[in-house]
Amino acid sequence: MSAFNVNEIRADFPILNESVHGKPLIYFDNGATSQKPNAVIERISRYYTHENANVHRGVHFLSDQATNAYEQARTKIARYINAEHSQEIIFTKGTTDSINTVAFSLGETLKPGDEILISGMEHHSNIVPWQMLCERKGTVLKVIPVTPAGTLDLEAFEGLLSERTKLLSIIHISNTLGTINPVEQLIQKAHTVGAKVLLDAAQSIQHLPIDVQSLGCDFLSFSGHKVFGPTGIGILYGKKAVLDELPPYQGGGDMIEQVSFEKTTYNGLPLKFEAGTPNISGAIALGAAFDYLSSIDLQGAFQHEHALGTYLRARMREIPSIRFIGEAPETCSTLSFLIGDLHPFDLGTLLDKQGIAVRTGHHCTQPLMKQFNIPGTVRASLAFYNTTEEIDQFIVALERSIHLLS
Amino acid sequence: MSKSINQIQDEIIEEFAMFDDWMEKYEYIIELGKELEGFPEQERKEENIISGCQSKVWLTAEKRENGLIHFHADSDAIITKGMVSLMLRIFNDQLGSEIVAADMNFLTTIGLLENLSQTRSNGLAAMIKQIKTYGFLLQ
Repeated sequence: MSAFNVNEIRADFPILNESVHGKPLIYFDNGATSQKPNAVIERISRYYTHENANVHRGVHFLSDQATNAYEQARTKIARYINAEHSQEIIFTKGTTDSINTVAFSLGETLKPGDEILISGMEHHSNIVPWQMLCERKGTVLKVIPVTPAGTLDLEAFEGLLSERTKLLSIIHISNTLGTINPVEQLIQKAHTVGAKVLLDAAQSIQHLPIDVQSLGCDFLSFSGHKVFGPTGIGILYGKKAVLDELPPYQGGGDMIEQVSFEKTTYNGLPLKFEAGTPNISGAIALGAAFDYLSSIDLQGAFQHEHALGTYLRARMREIPSIRFIGEAPETCSTLSFLIGDLHPFDLGTLLDKQGIAVRTGHHCTQPLMKQFNIPGTVRASLAFYNTTEEIDQFIVALERSIHLLS
Repeated sequence: MSKSINQIQDEIIEEFAMFDDWMEKYEYIIELGKELEGFPEQERKEENIISGCQSKVWLTAEKRENGLIHFHADSDAIITKGMVSLMLRIFNDQLGSEIVAADMNFLTTIGLLENLSQTRSNGLAAMIKQIKTYGFLLQ
């Protein structure tokens, strides 16, 4: 493995050579989805060209081969996040599906009055499934407040914890603010009252090393497409002892042991939670994404990305009337901002015409927007294939946009 | 006799043909946005907001004594306001039946929209739908 070199890394991501509106693409919307390396793109193609068959079913060669590749992907992901067993890795459609799985299956074990604790900076996907559960089961949703700096109010968090708290479901890195939450501390505190913890790692798996055993979380969710893999595939990690106790989420093929009209028994982990033909190519290609991450100087990549984030914030501070939404001491390379009273939509539109992809809007965090009393933000979210030159060009384009709009 | 919807569209197409690149087009739209005035303050309320836009668009319509429909509109984003201004230039003081029947070919010709039905981010589709609904109701 050679030391991290961003130009070499960029060569692995063919889309970075695209032009948009006649300008070279600058992709700063990695929080929405990441781009894919050749290794992932080629893996999908190889699967459909040479290996396509259904898994866990046939006795024939292709089916065996597909099953092996699918299960190897599970093992690779287990290894990457340091899960104790590969059966603790459940393939889902994505983070939303992972959270809904826990909301349903863990939800079945809850009683009216039991409490679910989330925070004010959650993505809608970590709010709505719990509201639906509360409607179904009479459980109660509690919310850890967010400070004006965009951090969690830890004192309030401790006050909200009680023996009624059955689950803390918390975002690791805020998709809107970039805040890195002190999850080790949160997990440990939640465990002292006997609550389980679901960590939403959708925005952290691509930015930080994740070790589920040292974190100690009971569940962890993320989406493949944000970590250089394909869309439509995601992961739910759960501790084996916890998952074993939960009823399945969806019924169908693959998740059963014996089916009769009188009584059906369920398969063991992980297939208990994987009803129906899974996204086989997605799972295998996600495995390839983690192979790719393991093949590069990942520590160097994360350092490069961190430096980019710091540089971006420094350059942005030079812009008059800039307002950062989220000024936590610990942030990743995601930056939400507003400039004076300019509308995010106007800025996003003009940046797009200059070849720069950013996200504008509420980022699926409407309660957070309400708290800051803003309609939305412009968000630049970086990945390790971005460069300081791109940040410089972004600043020029941004200044030009501001000039036009003012 | 005032100009027809198609005549005005053709004028706009001609104006936009002068621009060499995207930024110039948008510079013009922004200018139009800055110049748009006259939205009655009391109409800036929830029920006049067109949903489906990232930016807010307020739209009201009235049928005047001459039988033509007059719109007032505004937005909290300048580019959207510029697009609103183009819309009003085309649709203001036309017959409801003409508004309903109008084919918005200028949007694709000047490159503001690739495909009307697929675009929702800039709210143009929602805006046109609402204008046509008013055209239908007030004809």
